[in-house]
Amino acid sequence: MSGEIWVFAEERGGAVKPTSWEVLGAGQKLARELGRPLAAVVAASGAAPAAEALAARRVDRVLALEAPALEPYTPDAHAAALRAAIEADGPALVLFSHTYRIRDFVPRLAAELDAPYVPDCVGLSAGEGAPVLVRQVFQGKIDARVAVTGGSPVLATLQNGAFPADAVEDGAAPAPIERRRAALGEPPTRTRVLEVFEGVKDKVDLTRAEVIVAVGRGIGKQENLKVAQELAEALGAELAASRPVCDSEWLPMDRQIGSSGQTVAPRVYVAIGISGAIQHLVGMKGSGTIVAINKDPNAPIFQVADYGIVGDLFEVVPALTALARGG
Amino acid sequence: MKIAVCIKHVPARDSRLRIAPDGRWVEERDLSFEINEPDTYALEEGLRIKEKLGGEVLVVTAGPARAAEALKRGLAMGADRAIHLVGDSFTDGDAQSTARALAEALRPESPDLVLAGVQSDDKGYAATGVMLAQMLGLPHSTLIMEVEVGDGRVKVKREMESGWFEWLELPLPAALTIQSGINQVRYATLKGIMAAKKKEIRQVPTDGSAGQGRTRLEGLAFPSKESKAEIFEGDPKEAARKLWERLKKDGRLR
Ligand SMILES: Cc1cc2nc3c(=O)[nH]c(=O)nc-3n(C[C@H](O)[C@H](O)[C@H](O)COP(=O)(O)OP(=O)(O)OC[C@H]3O[C@@H](n4cnc5c(N)ncnc54)[C@H](O)[C@@H]3O)c2cc1C
Ligand SMILES: Nc1ncnc2c1ncn2[C@@H]1O[C@H](COP(=O)(O)O)[C@@H](O)[C@H]1O
Repeated sequence: MSGEIWVFAEERGGAVKPTSWEVLGAGQKLARELGRPLAAVVAASGAAPAAEALAARRVDRVLALEAPALEPYTPDAHAAALRAAIEADGPALVLFSHTYRIRDFVPRLAAELDAPYVPDCVGLSAGEGAPVLVRQVFQGKIDARVAVTGGSPVLATLQNGAFPADAVEDGAAPAPIERRRAALGEPPTRTRVLEVFEGVKDKVDLTRAEVIVAVGRGIGKQENLKVAQELAEALGAELAASRPVCDSEWLPMDRQIGSSGQTVAPRVYVAIGISGAIQHLVGMKGSGTIVAINKDPNAPIFQVADYGIVGDLFEVVPALTALARGG
Repeated sequence: MKIAVCIKHVPARDSRLRIAPDGRWVEERDLSFEINEPDTYALEEGLRIKEKLGGEVLVVTAGPARAAEALKRGLAMGADRAIHLVGDSFTDGDAQSTARALAEALRPESPDLVLAGVQSDDKGYAATGVMLAQMLGLPHSTLIMEVEVGDGRVKVKREMESGWFEWLELPLPAALTIQSGINQVRYATLKGIMAAKKKEIRQVPTDGSAGQGRTRLEGLAFPSKESKAEIFEGDPKEAARKLWERLKKDGRLR
């Protein structure tokens, strides 16, 4: 493998999105181990502030792709901008974070380039001359190595939270920044952005709760919620939920924890009948003590839990509630 | 409106998985399969649009013979006809090779709207629908929570992170990936199941190239049991008591 390693940094209002620092840290480590040059790439209508923040880190160069049509974000414009840059500069590997925006346009880019796409990696290491990528299948239950069988560059996204954000190293001196006019198609995008808005205003603020009892699809049906509710009351806890529970309208959407809900870090988080999909884990894995009650010993929730009971929640939770009531 | 919905046949959610001896997939023999849950939302949305505007819903799947079950279920829910790209090699494929096969089958159909799920419960690339859009030359959007079809255009509500959303407008034909929560999925009625028996499932044989993507999975393994969790054993009451005592000892609860 020859050529640069790129880290694509997502820009939001002049700043680098936090998950992109996780990717940059992983990219720095890989570039050093493989002895490859590292570039940070950013695409925005005005990329200068983000580019400067990136140039302060240990990278060989920063490439800032700029065009007015990159704002507001649309997949057509972003895929075109990056495609032109990749075709001009020929990197060997481009790393992204697995965010909503990346999932939206990078598969299109991969299809345009007929390049290998390796999404949602939890492992990235230097093998013998080429990176070894590991991703999860079956919703986090099984790890798989991904062999690249052809095409270039490799486009890989890294799972949010799988790599430490504080691993990023600063550079000795600011890296050179190249500002380049992004080459977009004509028209630059077929998508018209009409409005961007926050879903629920005045939502319950679960971030302040000290104890949270969170319930998942394992609860089966809405009438069963009282099992969890009673535990929450006995513990003086807030009741929260995984997405399917809110999707089914058993609890309001503002009680949802995870990437599309709230991010919480209470003293104690009790997960009842929740499998532990990554989109849920990102919203709660910073909690002090995590307790998981699940009938499946292989449920990924047990990988982040401190304490667990493998069993039927309809037996375990009432027993726990009785103890909590008894003081 | 001609609406094509991509549905995948995947191992049921609560399957006890075993890794196949070659380490490249799971042992499929003793598993039961179902429609990839995210795809049921896409199908439901397609059916609702058809019920409002008229037209046709076409369900398409790429997979081995067993995947016909997913199509039958889709037809029973109300889809009008089905295309089955038959091939064992899809198990080896990636999002790219799958999207390519689906694109070839859908191109001559010229659908106005192509719907897919946000991701598959087994491989989870979260990519096939978007790649398919590119290959069909369609504009796309992902994680859609609301669809309003207008005159030659579609207005969609797209989910963003942390409870934010955006409204977008795309010209038709277009491709969308549908997010959970957009609708409550109907059940197939007995009448629907009977009616489905008369509907067409067109089988399209494929060669092994469907399995040749740009990437391949290997070395499947359960995550190392480094799980730091302390598991409390015993019957439910006993386990609960042990947990409760530990929490109290830790001083984590008042
Ligand atoms: C873009 C995107 C964003 C998402 N955002 C979020 C988000 O913000 N929050 C979120 O939670 N999810 C989110 N999801 C969905 C996520 O991927 C999972 O599908 C979801 O978290 C699963 O919820 P669950 O664990 O409750 O259900 P399941 O995965 O169905 O798990 C149910 C669990 O209950 C257990 N169980 C069943 N019966 C019992 C019983 N009697 N006793 C004990 N245990 C039992 C089962 O063993 C299983 O582990 C998102 C997905 C996508 C694609
Ligand atoms: N083999 C397949 N047959 C039909 N549709 C598929 C297939 N694989 C993926 N899809 C569609 O693409 C979506 C995303 O899948 P994936 O990219 O594997 O996460 C799924 O929700 C389906 O709608």
